[in-house]
Amino acid sequence: MTDATSTGQEPVAIMESPIHVDYRFTAGLAQSRFLKGLSQGRFLGQRCPRCHKVYVPPRGSCPTDGVPTTDEVELSNQGTVTTYCVVNVPFQGQSIEIPYICAQILLDGANLAFMGLIQEIAADQVRMGMRVEAVWVPPEELGPTMASVRHFRPTGEPDADYESFKEYL
Amino acid sequence: MAERCAVIGAGQTKHAAKREDVSIAGLVREAAERALEDAAMDWGDIDAVVIGKAPDMFEGVMMPELYLAPALGAVGKPMVRVHTAGSVGGSTAIVAAHLVTSGVHRRVLTVAFEKQSDSDAMWALSVPQPFSAPLLAGAGGYFAPIIRAYMRRSGAPDHIGIVVAVKDRKQALKNPYAHLHIEDISFEMVRDSIMLWDPIRYLETCPSSDGAAAMVLADEDCAAASPRRPAWVHGMAMRSEPTMFAGRDQVNPQAGRDCAADVYAQAGITDPRSQIDVAEVYVPFSWYEPMWLENLGFAPDGEGWKLTDSGATALDGGDIPWNCSGGVLSSNPIGASGMLRFLEVALQVRGQAGAHQVDGVRRALGHAYGGGSQFFSMWVLGTEKP
Amino acid sequence: MSAAPTGRPVAVVSFAQSPQVRREDHRNEVEMLMPVVEEVFSRIGVTKADMGFVCSGSSDYLVGAPFSFVSALDAVGVWPPMRESHVEMDGAWALYEAWTMLRAGDVDTALVYSFGRSSPGQLAKILALQLDPYYLAPLWPPPTALAALQARAVIDAGRATEEDFAEVAARSRRQALANPHAQLSGDRAPGELMKDDYVVSPLRRHALPPITDGAAAVVLAAGERATELCDRPAWITGIDHRIETHALGARDLTSSPSTTLAARGAGLGERAAVDVAELHAPYAHQELILRDALGLGAEVSVNPSGGALAANALMVAGLIRIGEAAQRIMDGSAARALAHATSGPCLQQNLVCALAAETPSGGR
Repeated sequence: MTDATSTGQEPVAIMESPIHVDYRFTAGLAQSRFLKGLSQGRFLGQRCPRCHKVYVPPRGSCPTDGVPTTDEVELSNQGTVTTYCVVNVPFQGQSIEIPYICAQILLDGANLAFMGLIQEIAADQVRMGMRVEAVWVPPEELGPTMASVRHFRPTGEPDADYESFKEYL
Repeated sequence: MAERCAVIGAGQTKHAAKREDVSIAGLVREAAERALEDAAMDWGDIDAVVIGKAPDMFEGVMMPELYLAPALGAVGKPMVRVHTAGSVGGSTAIVAAHLVTSGVHRRVLTVAFEKQSDSDAMWALSVPQPFSAPLLAGAGGYFAPIIRAYMRRSGAPDHIGIVVAVKDRKQALKNPYAHLHIEDISFEMVRDSIMLWDPIRYLETCPSSDGAAAMVLADEDCAAASPRRPAWVHGMAMRSEPTMFAGRDQVNPQAGRDCAADVYAQAGITDPRSQIDVAEVYVPFSWYEPMWLENLGFAPDGEGWKLTDSGATALDGGDIPWNCSGGVLSSNPIGASGMLRFLEVALQVRGQAGAHQVDGVRRALGHAYGGGSQFFSMWVLGTEKP
Repeated sequence: MSAAPTGRPVAVVSFAQSPQVRREDHRNEVEMLMPVVEEVFSRIGVTKADMGFVCSGSSDYLVGAPFSFVSALDAVGVWPPMRESHVEMDGAWALYEAWTMLRAGDVDTALVYSFGRSSPGQLAKILALQLDPYYLAPLWPPPTALAALQARAVIDAGRATEEDFAEVAARSRRQALANPHAQLSGDRAPGELMKDDYVVSPLRRHALPPITDGAAAVVLAAGERATELCDRPAWITGIDHRIETHALGARDLTSSPSTTLAARGAGLGERAAVDVAELHAPYAHQELILRDALGLGAEVSVNPSGGALAANALMVAGLIRIGEAAQRIMDGSAARALAHATSGPCLQQNLVCALAAETPSGGR
């Protein structure tokens, strides 16, 4: 630190201190199954043995019962937009052109919605209850990552009734 | 039988986008020194320090309490570091209060801070994780769909969020510590600001701030010896629920309802709207005011927006003013934001809120929440010894 | 300002831990924790519904994700909503927070857990981020280097020799042979250990803790609830913790005044009269410093579990010390025990928990 009054210099206000740390993430047993499913173009969820709810992506436990989810369930490629927002803010690491739709999608047969990208429709045309389907990357590009799902797009079916998904909001 | 506990000192920093004039230690000391001065105490009078902040990645310092111990006069004393996501400022105060109510300590300094400008906060909230696509774009991307669900469920008109954004920024003009002082704030200015995460407009979101808050909590004897009026803890509670589960009501979370019910029962409150004189409630996006009005029992389900629309929550003319300080919408040093809610109600109860003081406050509610609307902490303070 | 027990007496009534391993490569945090939580409950025949409070300890930087404690909650299943809190510290401090809640009389039972994965990231770099961000962290000193500075100070002060460090390591790993959860155990004589290479002089390989992934959980109960749940609860007769200044240059690294203060606060006096002491001494020389600070006599069994030299899952190892000490009271092999946890470089912050089979006097 320099004394601004005695030297006439500005005090040090900012120092750059870059931090770079690499991590090896562990997906976990349940999520590994899910990721392997993605690399085959399938959504694999898990069912809680107590409350029988189906979770996708599975984390290995039922969040309300605190017990391992054991039964594997293959889910549909289609689902319903329960709610959504239009993202219009640029941020670091963003790979999608703004504005885009970030939606909660409830796959048919699942009991919890997950976040997905909606494309192939104008942002102002998206609706709660809209029926959508996953668009997968070409088979040679499939891998154990959410990037295997390129996006979701409207199926063209009539919208789901609000009553049918309101408990998932 | 638990000991009584009171707030006998409170201090906060000037909150700003960048506090380049102070280090992290300087920031927390600024708040702590003001709290001690308010309590007419010195560092040596403090038995223990409880500090809270949100993720360490916001400053790039792991467990910063280790480095901050000498700056907070904690050397040779117990020091605890709390982290409960966005509710942390509130839960930190509660952990500190438990040190008093359990009879372990008599005078506890509690501090919360965030120096968001020290790192890229948006990055810290959206650290690239393998296995998942980066879609969220910060907290707004998480909460916007929930707000949309509230609008659908309640039938609230689009302008309600704007009303809250204008009200809280106007109130912030009366709070010299607030980060945002938008002198010419108006309905049109908020309405015409950019839609960041539709339905959330830019001016309906909280800022990103550097700032700190501190309080001195004391037992009955110390409170009696304190030169200024104590704000007595009439009730305090924490509740958590899982982030995501089938059938979860994210708009009106059960944990928030349960937490409010607990704190009201402790304080003997049966009708919050009539029995609470002022509230500081964690509203980081404007729509959370009507949502929390319902969650906290100030309005029936689906009707919180009507209360907001009627002006009932305004400092100027409302019967249940919310966020007279300008709230999180006007100052958001994340880790401290919850403690600022707890602290602002202490100021109201002690008659120290200056230009944003509500007349005749007898009881006040401080509230914080965090995570995916899943962690709640609340306290009720009063002028009377419980 | 001492922690004399004026509130209700509180006891450890159950303890469980995961295998402590070098790298938990298959299970995520939730999957690591679930069996531990299940075990800590099933040992005393309770469920989460019997818990009045849940408190955990962990660190985001170890996991490499903000809010890492949030998803870990799914291992408990906090539904219906529960009273719950988290410290960004070792689980020993989570236990302290729970203890104040129980003493205040708000609740009768608490689940305390912690998880720590030291393996996923670059641990030496991560721990450097604990240091003063302006003066020290930019130099990226590894934790072994700071520990070596302390060990050198101990030697230079004539307090111990490298052979003494080897004695500590040999005993710890030998005792760990009886601990099924330990990561490192073995029967090597101190003389043989002295042939190890230096990692950072004067610390040889054996004087360093292993890098460990693990989890642990404890159930606390107050008053009569403790005796209902456990035949022989490990009563907490005192618990206190103290922090020292951060500047290493301003500390006498050969002593641990904060440990001594915490022991006084926990009611242990100058010479801790206990049967067993579980000390969180990640580096061999730190056990010697802690023994002095606590006034432990030769008759005290120190680290029968093997201590942190046998497994040192960060954020967990301190809670495990309390669990291991309590276990020896619950199984009848000890009447009085002491547990210690540490945080920060060179024993900067220390917690001492005194445990006894006998109900604390004046348990009002």
